[in-house]
Amino acid sequence: MNHPYLEVTGLKKSYGFKPILRGIDLSVEPGQCMALLGANGAGKTTLLRILAALTSPGAGTVRIGGLDLARDAHQARRLVGFVAHQPYLYDELTALENLLFFGRLYSVRRCKERAGVLLERVGLAKRAGERTSALSRGQAQRLALARALLHEPRLLLLDEPDTGLDEEGIALLETLLQEHRQAGGAILLTTHHLERALLWSERIGLLSGGRLTYQSETGGLEAGSVREVYQEALR
Amino acid sequence: MTFLEQVLAILWKDIRCELRSKQTWMGMGLFALLVLVIFNFAFDLRVDNKAAIAPGALWVAFVFASLLGLGRTIAAEREKGLMDRLLLCPVDRKAIYLAKLLGNLLFIGVVELVALPVFAALFNVPLFAGSLLPIVLLGTLGIASVGTLFSAIASATQARELLLPLLIFPLIVPVVIGAVRATGALMVPAANEPPWLGLITAFDVIFLSISMLTFEFVVEE
Amino acid sequence: MALAKHETGIEQRDAGHTSKRKDAHFPYISLLLGVLSFTGMLVSICMIFLYAPMDAVQGEPQRIFYFHVPMAWLGMLGFGVVAAAGIGYLITKDERWDWAARASAELGAIFITLALVTGSIWGETIWGTWWTWDARLTTTLILWFIYISYLMLRSYLGRTPSSARAGAVLAIIGIIDVPIIYESVNWWRTLHPAQQVGVAGALPPSVVLTLMISLASFTLFYTFLMIQLYQLQRLQTLAQRLRAHLM
Repeated sequence: MNHPYLEVTGLKKSYGFKPILRGIDLSVEPGQCMALLGANGAGKTTLLRILAALTSPGAGTVRIGGLDLARDAHQARRLVGFVAHQPYLYDELTALENLLFFGRLYSVRRCKERAGVLLERVGLAKRAGERTSALSRGQAQRLALARALLHEPRLLLLDEPDTGLDEEGIALLETLLQEHRQAGGAILLTTHHLERALLWSERIGLLSGGRLTYQSETGGLEAGSVREVYQEALR
Repeated sequence: MTFLEQVLAILWKDIRCELRSKQTWMGMGLFALLVLVIFNFAFDLRVDNKAAIAPGALWVAFVFASLLGLGRTIAAEREKGLMDRLLLCPVDRKAIYLAKLLGNLLFIGVVELVALPVFAALFNVPLFAGSLLPIVLLGTLGIASVGTLFSAIASATQARELLLPLLIFPLIVPVVIGAVRATGALMVPAANEPPWLGLITAFDVIFLSISMLTFEFVVEE
Repeated sequence: MALAKHETGIEQRDAGHTSKRKDAHFPYISLLLGVLSFTGMLVSICMIFLYAPMDAVQGEPQRIFYFHVPMAWLGMLGFGVVAAAGIGYLITKDERWDWAARASAELGAIFITLALVTGSIWGETIWGTWWTWDARLTTTLILWFIYISYLMLRSYLGRTPSSARAGAVLAIIGIIDVPIIYESVNWWRTLHPAQQVGVAGALPPSVVLTLMISLASFTLFYTFLMIQLYQLQRLQTLAQRLRAHLM
């Protein structure tokens, strides 16, 4: 229980010659949720992409569930569910077909059943047979959530998951995150919404200029005290 | 999921998406026909020199059709990060390559299937489907194996449609020479003809393997 | 000679992983190679024009042979180095391999162009036409195209790791393809035997000696230029990195 599920040490990344991440250290325990805040372009998306093994880091190590991402990327990918800015879905396929396809790639057992259950869970059961291009932004986001949860990942990575969701969608997201935590999974998400970050997560971090300039437990934190630091970092 | 299952799953997905978007495959069939008709006017095919020019005309049409088919992969990946959906999953990168290759072969194959009977009719060339098929298959495989790899490379650039032929044409010279000569040898059997089909097969084996192995370096960030 | 000896203070403060490496400057080897290749070239030129016998069939123009062969050889060698450096980069991910690859690509492209030009001129003197589709000239031409496509690709993709990887893959495929291309053109040519650009028959020892000396001095020259161009690549990379830091 004391071994962090996600452990990042000295992570650096440059695009071309421009440094984006200048040395990130963070860790998330099982059953914990950590929220990252930061201005646009601060490197939040880059960080998540590295953790999802879509990009290789310039320097540093990432350990997920004890696996070294550099060496065991394929096994690590099975443990990670990623909800990104783009929904990562195929427009021409229906909602159900999308889930079935990804389910096959992740070797999900009893895939049809599981897909049906998840579609029900995210409230898209009625639209299972519709092409993804016909779904609204919010519905596509929910489908993306379903896709991320399909293979029962231990680590959830979410890049501003609340964008595009209505009230109902945000409530759903909150419940899903809660369930995931209770099952012992770890979560790392990014958001612009300070209050939600404090509400949903046990740890909070501020990404600014490629570094984590602020990290803290959220228990007992007042929004006001953090807000100042947050505004400062946004400038 | 086994390697083969991964390949087939991705291939089936690509086919479904392509069929539903209806964009490229109709245009390609028409294109092949057009090229052949234009060749009819461009080359003066009298009976005596027909055998010399017909194989070349056929294979130029096929090379351009291949380029078109490969270009569709590039067009599909124009949006940055389209591969990310696949790369996110624990799927073998070699399987992605093979699936893309098979998809390309299918589409180029459709064009060639349309073009061959028309070719036989337009140029009054007997269509010897049996012995021509291996040449067409192996030749197209050679072009597509290298082409699939380089379309992934070129898709990252701005001038992708210019770069792809520039990258591919010099490399597929052995295939083009072999295929044209082998087709010609079918029409006019000659003595002491070098083993062209063997050359093309060797090319295919070598470059399919290398492309499959190096694909992951090209497609991952 | 571009001998890079100075490192600026900013560069050493750079937190990138390059700051711990000793980037080789090769000042002494460079000097030695420079002197050796200079003398070698002088000796070669003397031998080519004064020592080597005049060809009975082709006359004086045949002396192009002593320039054409080394240049074609260096064009081939250059691409081999690009491929080897590419493999090195794919394995180690160390950008210095990529510097070597880019340097050799530029250098090799120049030599292959010269080989084409000298080959064409030579063909003109023998056969009266500026181009014959003989196996060697044709393969040289195709290699030239591969060089150009490599340089264009690297130019379009910039100085990024994915650019280096793409270049490495292109070079690996290219180097394996070249012998196959040569064979296929050769087979094609045997069906339509045409003018061959070259020297026929056994070569007298004086010719062989001149050729060997010429090959050796050109290769020394290539190595010398490689070091200079490698340094140039290194400096260009560092300059871009500095510029990015300052922005």
